[in-house]
Amino acid sequence: MSNILEVKDLKITFDTYAGKVQAIRGVSFDLKKGETLAIVGESGSGKSVTTRSIMQLLSQNANIEEGQILFDGQDLVKTSEKEMQNIRGKKIAMIFQDPMTSLNPTMTIEKQIAEPLRLHQNMNKQQAAERALELLKLVGLPDAEKRMKQYPHQFSGGQRQRVVIAIALACDPDILIADEPTTALDVTIQAQILELMKELQHKVNTSIIFITHDLGVVANVADRVAVMYAGKFVEVGTVDEVFYNPQHPYTWGLLASMPTLETNGSLYAIPGTPPDLLDPPKGDAFAPRNEYRMKIDTEHQPPMFKVSDTHYAATWLLHKDAPAINPPAEIMARQKVYKEKYAALHTEGGAK
Amino acid sequence: MKNFMRYYGKRVLYMLLTLFLIASITFFLMNLLPGTPFTNEDKLSEAQLLIMQEQYGLNDPVIVQYFRYMGGLLTGNLGVSFQFDNTPVTELLASRVGPSLQIGFQAVILGTFLGIILGVIAAMKQNSWADTLATFMAILGRSIPNFVFAVLLQLVFAVQLQWFPIALWDDGFSYSVLPTIALAIAPLADSARFIRTEMVDVLGSDYIELARAKGLSRWAVAFKHGVRNALIPLITLIGPMAVALMTGSMVVESIYAIPGIGEQFIKSIQSNDYPTIMGVTLLYSTMLVVIILIVDMLYGLIDPRIRISSKGGK
Repeated sequence: MSNILEVKDLKITFDTYAGKVQAIRGVSFDLKKGETLAIVGESGSGKSVTTRSIMQLLSQNANIEEGQILFDGQDLVKTSEKEMQNIRGKKIAMIFQDPMTSLNPTMTIEKQIAEPLRLHQNMNKQQAAERALELLKLVGLPDAEKRMKQYPHQFSGGQRQRVVIAIALACDPDILIADEPTTALDVTIQAQILELMKELQHKVNTSIIFITHDLGVVANVADRVAVMYAGKFVEVGTVDEVFYNPQHPYTWGLLASMPTLETNGSLYAIPGTPPDLLDPPKGDAFAPRNEYRMKIDTEHQPPMFKVSDTHYAATWLLHKDAPAINPPAEIMARQKVYKEKYAALHTEGGAK
Repeated sequence: MKNFMRYYGKRVLYMLLTLFLIASITFFLMNLLPGTPFTNEDKLSEAQLLIMQEQYGLNDPVIVQYFRYMGGLLTGNLGVSFQFDNTPVTELLASRVGPSLQIGFQAVILGTFLGIILGVIAAMKQNSWADTLATFMAILGRSIPNFVFAVLLQLVFAVQLQWFPIALWDDGFSYSVLPTIALAIAPLADSARFIRTEMVDVLGSDYIELARAKGLSRWAVAFKHGVRNALIPLITLIGPMAVALMTGSMVVESIYAIPGIGEQFIKSIQSNDYPTIMGVTLLYSTMLVVIILIVDMLYGLIDPRIRISSKGGK
């Protein structure tokens, strides 16, 4: 499968009164046609900044210091605002976190969905209205004819998110960026929206970048997962690899702090707080919180070590000279499941 | 439609109640003013004064006068003015209200329109020189009294450049230009500052980012999605502003020799011209309550969330 998007060594800083905040410190990844890449990480790790940079919608005090964002071979960092307006909404679309605030309260749903259509597809008012109706039916909004004429306040949170998805899909984008699209919704609605997104991806065959801090959601929707910490990717792999064979201590921490059906008593919490990106540490940014840190962690940033063709992790623990350590029991259990599954697949002849 | 009618029917009832209360309170307060309409008439003897007061019914107890006045009010009779040769107050107001209304209306439209544009530019170019300039102009417009502008405009555009007539009121539009501009400065400054704050707020909201993500340019987003939402709170401000302007600014009216009501109101208070005071007060209050009603209707027009519909939104 070919790559629709390649991000290469992206570095972004923000000018603040306190100084330059190094929000993104060298991020590289690619996105294949039709796949879903989930980016997970805690608040402030740079997930949203990464996607805003793809849209070229960073705030005015942001600077892209280095790197390329290649979309279909075109470097978006160097693309003019005028050209970007032709890409936004047409080729790369976005779904936002809070459906309660992401629709214009004084404009009918129909107009809001029709807007990108009229802008990018040269549709007239009637064609756009017809297509808007189709889209609303596609995202499963009942009674669409009537509801098109209504305003956002007449819709519930889940319905509004469906509308936002309809807007994003209006021009059949190549890439759909979903920035925590289910965070603001309650759990049953979350499940519905995730189901809808999966279903739509099959129908329209778009690539999705799915930002979330909810690992449960990731397992549900993603093909591949990138774990982000302090402005860097620390582990990238397929869902199975990251969930069942995680290599980075931060990923261990995240997985251990996720409640499962077996969880009994208290949940694990990663000690400490993320580093101050005004003055990021010299070595591995996660070192101060890392129970398995070694001397080298505080001095040198780890490179991405290859685990498999699809699986990479940035931790010195993967270095050939690193001492063998035992990950937390929870993770060992996961790795055991992974090995069994892996073995089972092999004995079946690697059907998948 | 039924809900709509019921709602506004109720509103009109409340308006009438408000006006009744205002009329009553003003009537009694006014009678507390020292002196009588004839205090300043030195040449009248004691006996003549009594006769005059008897003639105008001023010797009756205040409560009797009150009921007499309110009775007249019901039939549309506002009494006659003491100071202007027994002219009926209704006639007096009718002849004077036109120019004040026209200038006030023009000033509100001009001021808020330019103010909105200025405010939007300032918000879009936040913290740039354009923003600073707009803020500076707004502060200037707010802090310099309108009669200073009135005189300056008169000097530059009427005396030196002679583009417009200096003063007087001759039913021509050109006579209203300078006073309109002078009166428009304050609403311009107010709405510019207000819209700037609102716009900055609105531009930071999620739906603006979503509109940008659709591929609209910054300015298209500002005008299609921003302004309307920033306007909603401004409407509240415009209502009273419009009343204040339309009911006449005394100083500006006298600078341009405009036969408006502002000037007349002051004179009537100075000379205890009871029927005129009552008439002007009632006119002001009627305009205020009517404009407040219009403002509420405008809200519904601009903001669908407060639209009163018989469908009953879901």
